[in-house]
Amino acid sequence: MRRRAGTILVNAVLAAGAAVTLTPILWMISASTMPTGEANTFPPSFFPSRPTLAHYGELFTRLNLGRSFANSLIVATAVTFLSLAANGMAGYAFAKLRFAGRDRLFSVLLAAMLVPTPVAMLPLFLILRAMGLVNTYAGVVLPAVSTILGIFLIRQFALSIPDDLLDAARLEGAGELAIFRRIVLPLLLPVMTTLGIVTFLATWNDFLWPLVVLTGESRYTLPVSLAILSGEHAQDTELMMAGSVLTILPVLLLFLALQRYYIAGILIGGVKE
Amino acid sequence: MRAPGPRSLPQEARAAALFLAPGLAVIGLFFLVPIAASFLLSFTDFDIYALADTSNLRLVALTNYAALARDPLFWIALRNTFYFVFVGGPLTLGVALAVALLLHSKLARWKGLFRTVFFAPYVTTLVGVTVVFRYLYHPRFGLLDRALGWLGIAPINWLGDPHWAMAAIILLAIWKNSGYAMILFIAGLGNIPESLHEAAKIDGAGALARFRHVTLPLLAPTFLFLGITTTIGYFQFFAEPYVLTGGVGGPLNATLSMGLLMYKQGFRWWNMGYAAAIAFVLFLVILAVSAVQFALQRRREA
Repeated sequence: MRRRAGTILVNAVLAAGAAVTLTPILWMISASTMPTGEANTFPPSFFPSRPTLAHYGELFTRLNLGRSFANSLIVATAVTFLSLAANGMAGYAFAKLRFAGRDRLFSVLLAAMLVPTPVAMLPLFLILRAMGLVNTYAGVVLPAVSTILGIFLIRQFALSIPDDLLDAARLEGAGELAIFRRIVLPLLLPVMTTLGIVTFLATWNDFLWPLVVLTGESRYTLPVSLAILSGEHAQDTELMMAGSVLTILPVLLLFLALQRYYIAGILIGGVKE
Repeated sequence: MRAPGPRSLPQEARAAALFLAPGLAVIGLFFLVPIAASFLLSFTDFDIYALADTSNLRLVALTNYAALARDPLFWIALRNTFYFVFVGGPLTLGVALAVALLLHSKLARWKGLFRTVFFAPYVTTLVGVTVVFRYLYHPRFGLLDRALGWLGIAPINWLGDPHWAMAAIILLAIWKNSGYAMILFIAGLGNIPESLHEAAKIDGAGALARFRHVTLPLLAPTFLFLGITTTIGYFQFFAEPYVLTGGVGGPLNATLSMGLLMYKQGFRWWNMGYAAAIAFVLFLVILAVSAVQFALQRRREA
């Protein structure tokens, strides 16, 4: 009897917490379909009286957010694939190739992870300005092509590849590039999937650096556009909720589809001692 | 030490150089060099005139740091940032631990579903959800004050009242980030052997005593990791005040953060030397707080 009451209590608390957690997202979706002005009524309502998709149309016509959506997609896709290549090779090299100073170099990188990224941003802007890359896709993509955390993730996973396997291939005369392509890459597939989705979501969601380096509307990513529009259109609640849905929902759905890989990445990153 | 492989080491080293080149070039040019340059920049008067023509650039030694010490906005930003880190951080981890304990309990049902729901906010776009919260916080049309009204609490002007604006940002941060810590706490709880709890039970320890003397000490590594990553992340908060207050950090600078102050000085007013000094102070503060956390942990282990 006491156990039953406990079961009900624990699950009731969890359900209440889940309801509170979901409310902002559900309200965002609901308000994005309300007729203009309905989200600003008292008392506030949760459901639209007459659901409409008009605000979504307005996003793509009047506000030109389709362009920002495409920009976000281009930038996040480019960063994901380029960083998989760069971090994959570097992580494997740190885990499995024998060269002088390897461990010292790796500890320098780990120590640099303590430096918050905004510290690098001011000179980074000047460097990219000198390279003529301000307000270009490359200005957003290039600095994100390799991350220490990405190299670290790949290395942790690659450590478990047996040396005998690599040495046997070397005995048969395989070159290092062929070994990487034919033996290592297939083994790294799970961690590459993990790093890929983590990178895609992080790039899609990133705000500060795109805000700094993108100076023209035609290059804005979704978060930058949304932040600027939300200042200009503060009264258009329903329109802004539609914009938020357009920004948030793609990554949320992607996460739900590839959840297992994403959580695996969190756990590898979280147990580095 | 392993014996060298069948191929001579130089060949492996050549391959390593090739494999490392792209990654290290990017990290070096776009992260390590800028860090060093930022340090140098903080000793110059780099401003909009230097941006136009670098011959206007002068070394000014510690002038920027001295000016910071006299800048009331700097002290306000530092205070707000500490408030966010040392109130928001523990609250985030506390909520995360509570949810993790509930989900770890044998009584909980639908664990996978609950875990997904509680984690989902972590992957959402910060700017997007901040726009949503801006409306949820509205004193008249927002759902939050409506829900508080049911409990008999008078409407709070979350974003208009300087006393409540930081609380609004902390609530948002708890909602957004506690799912991440929850996942790591659940993993940590799963690693505690059941036999330890059984042994403590036989010794007559109650649930609370077992939590204090078995669960908490064995979660110490998780706490240390989360403490340091949360601290580093929270010290840099920027998008929340930027979006909630239209890029200002108001009302009355109540939500002005170090990150926002650096952005305004560096990229809105182009006082890049001054902004670099802000960035370095922030870095040193983060370093010091992380070092204290490591030291506390070591003392607990000793």
